[in-house]
Amino acid sequence: MTLLKIDDLKVEFPGRHETFVAVENIQLELEPGEIYGLVGESGAGKSTIGNAVIDLLEPPGRVAEGHIALDGTAIENLPYEKMRSIRGRRIGMIFQDPLTSLNPLYTVEYQLVETIQTHLGLSEVEATARAIELLDQVGIPEPEVRVKHYPHQFSGGMRQRVVIALALCGEPELIIADEPTTALDVSIQAQILDLIRSLCKQRQVGMVIITHDMGVIADITDNVAVMYHGKIVEKGPTAKILSTPEHPYTKSLISAVPRADLRLNRFPMVNYIEGPEPTRSNFDVSTHWLGQARNYSDSQDESLVKVDSLTIKFVTERSILPSRNKLFTAVDSVSFDIREGETFGLVGESGSGKSTIARSIAGLYRPFSGNIHFAGGNLTEIKDEKQLRPYRQQMQMIFQDPFSSLNSRMRVLDIVAEPIRFHKLASSRAEVVEIVEDLLEHVGLGRAAANRFPHEFSGGQRQRISIARALATRPRFLICDEPTSALDVSIQAQILNLLKDLQDELGLTMLFISHDLPVIRQMCDRVAVMRNGKICEIAETEQLFEAPGHEYTRHLLDLMPKLENLSREGLDVADDEAAPPSH
Amino acid sequence: MIGFIFKRFFQSFIVMFLVALLAFTMFNFLGDPVNQMVGIDTTAADREALRERLGLNDPLMVQFGRFVSNAFQFEFGQSYQHKRAVSGLILDRLPATLELSFIAAIFTLVVGVPMGVYTGLHRDSLLSKIFMTISLVGVSLPTFLIGILLIFVFSVQLQWLPSFGRGEVVDFGFWSTGLLTASGWKAVIMPAVTLGLFQMTLIMRLVRSEMLEVLRSDYIKFARARGLANRSINFGHALKNTLVPVITIAGLQLGSLIAFAIITETVFQWPGMGLMFLQAIQVVDIPIMAAYLMLIAFFFVMINMIVDLLYYVVDPRLRVDSSN
Repeated sequence: MTLLKIDDLKVEFPGRHETFVAVENIQLELEPGEIYGLVGESGAGKSTIGNAVIDLLEPPGRVAEGHIALDGTAIENLPYEKMRSIRGRRIGMIFQDPLTSLNPLYTVEYQLVETIQTHLGLSEVEATARAIELLDQVGIPEPEVRVKHYPHQFSGGMRQRVVIALALCGEPELIIADEPTTALDVSIQAQILDLIRSLCKQRQVGMVIITHDMGVIADITDNVAVMYHGKIVEKGPTAKILSTPEHPYTKSLISAVPRADLRLNRFPMVNYIEGPEPTRSNFDVSTHWLGQARNYSDSQDESLVKVDSLTIKFVTERSILPSRNKLFTAVDSVSFDIREGETFGLVGESGSGKSTIARSIAGLYRPFSGNIHFAGGNLTEIKDEKQLRPYRQQMQMIFQDPFSSLNSRMRVLDIVAEPIRFHKLASSRAEVVEIVEDLLEHVGLGRAAANRFPHEFSGGQRQRISIARALATRPRFLICDEPTSALDVSIQAQILNLLKDLQDELGLTMLFISHDLPVIRQMCDRVAVMRNGKICEIAETEQLFEAPGHEYTRHLLDLMPKLENLSREGLDVADDEAAPPSH
Repeated sequence: MIGFIFKRFFQSFIVMFLVALLAFTMFNFLGDPVNQMVGIDTTAADREALRERLGLNDPLMVQFGRFVSNAFQFEFGQSYQHKRAVSGLILDRLPATLELSFIAAIFTLVVGVPMGVYTGLHRDSLLSKIFMTISLVGVSLPTFLIGILLIFVFSVQLQWLPSFGRGEVVDFGFWSTGLLTASGWKAVIMPAVTLGLFQMTLIMRLVRSEMLEVLRSDYIKFARARGLANRSINFGHALKNTLVPVITIAGLQLGSLIAFAIITETVFQWPGMGLMFLQAIQVVDIPIMAAYLMLIAFFFVMINMIVDLLYYVVDPRLRVDSSN
């Protein structure tokens, strides 16, 4: 018997003027023990389907047409109390962010026992025993002790296990997992996916996994439906969809996924979604303001940045005597150098100290010990802010979150003009405006963007504004801290291509930080792998991926979701990869 | 935890010391205390004798030390106006003010929090809109006007409640209470409502906005997805998470209820400290003003310390972080 059958579903959000149709014509069937993937970019309506099934659509959203049947009985538009007895009991749900899914004020035990008692009517003692058993099943060590703990005492991966245990409390037949591993590191992601897979097979639970990540789809799902603008454009067995996609959207989506297995010259564009790549200005950079003053006198030395046994510590608990402060070592005597004109990658899991290094190079953190040399000067020795300015002007930073890194009360013109004015790089107001408009055009936004505010732009466009702002000091060194991890794959491809182009035109040197190995492979010339504040290995990118030297690097590479069978249609493969792989 | 309490005690001590300094300077800069105490026809020699007796000729540091050590023993000298010990005067008046503030605070919380929860849960219902309108009235009308309106309606027109005084009071020697007699309760209703109305609307609006915030959070959505009962979600999971900011504001407001009961006490002729303080200002009765200042500062400091300790009770994240 089919566990979940969605038939011609349409969900709409009535507004004051018009009704927004979130999804329509959705057909889906799921058998017990099957894992079904829903994949698509943000706004495609994936989560809406999950929320519709469990009847948790944000008001005023409603199921307008179609049927949802669980085990043969219709469950759409049930009365609240009736639906409540199905939620948790027959349909479980897992959310994206384990840090916010648990109530911080109650112990794990309280939350588990409450849920178990709601559904199974066990006594307090029985429910507690059951809670410990569940924690054990989701792989939490020492469940008798851990059950008494509060959510904040668990790490991210462990919390997601607790969330899964909570979803299993009512022994549901169907679980909807909405981006269950997006907030987690690769190694944790692999563990959680293993856990989900084995739970599904053991208990014969049907699972709908909602994700934007092709790697997760390839790794765990039996069948997949590709969504675009509220409709399913293609569905079928996962292996078939990934290797021989038929719909143009699926094709372009798959080709935009950064490849770990081969290096490309450029990222393929998802033309189907975004239209052609935004036109960029064609002015001659060498004669434009942006290209001027690029003959640096100190370029005899090959390395532009030299980090020498850098150690950074943070105070975790202050004491009255500074010598008795408790310290946390975020970066532990790290040394590397970045050559002029190359892209140097820093890769590692969260908490490994990547961003801390970037910020200390940019001067946002003071090193505890060690030296940072940049363009011939020792930045750690210069205490005077004024003397640092010429160095600061030459290095700029691009941050991860495009929403919080732009001041929402300033116009784009002022955001981009601020560094020009501060460093007095232009002689007149008119010139500043002219430069800003050129820059905006050059990053593919168009001159008219200058008079608008950041909130009028999408995430990818905001990241372009950030890049324009970074270029506004005419830097030679860009620090990119996870510049695309908040973006969809198609947008990510555009932004990364833009960065590559700018690097070629301006001869920029880049420090590129990412947790995403495939992106690193596409972007970087050399890579340093970090773990717990230390560098495990520094190698040429190709060598790192083909013949990793350090055990941890091999471990990380093993954990990457395997996408070998992806279609290679329409890819611009780098020259050295063009021949069919013979190894 | 122990370290934290110790640190807070130290900070409280500094605050009290600074307030004491302020209170002490009043003696020296707000007119001559001797002039306040004696008649016009007192001779210069008598004045000098009085000055010597009060210790006003000692060095400033000595005087300040004496003031602080006296304050520690709840000793603030003689009131110029009443010619009685200030501490005795305050002890007479304190129970009235504390009782009034206490009843007002209870009214604030018992009415304000449920109204806030209700308006948070049912944003668009008619009752919520009525509550929100009332709260706007509560915030914008000045206290004395509300008091006078209440007196007009309930004392003058309906003649249900007395318009002034505390009613019958039971005296235990160290404490006098109006809460043991029916007339005492009748008398406290209107002043307490007047005093607490503003705070109530504030608490209500705070709880409402916090509830709206919390109800949007992932853990509430997850709780719903687990099929928990509404009661448990709204009151067990959501309300408890709104408590930290509510405790902060409620604590500060309780302090100001005590400190700024002045207007209400004046309108209702409530025999509390506020009324006494107001009279003291009119005749520049500095010992009473100094004592009042010290006492109110002490209340604020104590309430704030209790609030900080309550954070630890409510939020486990604070508890564990400090012990690790």
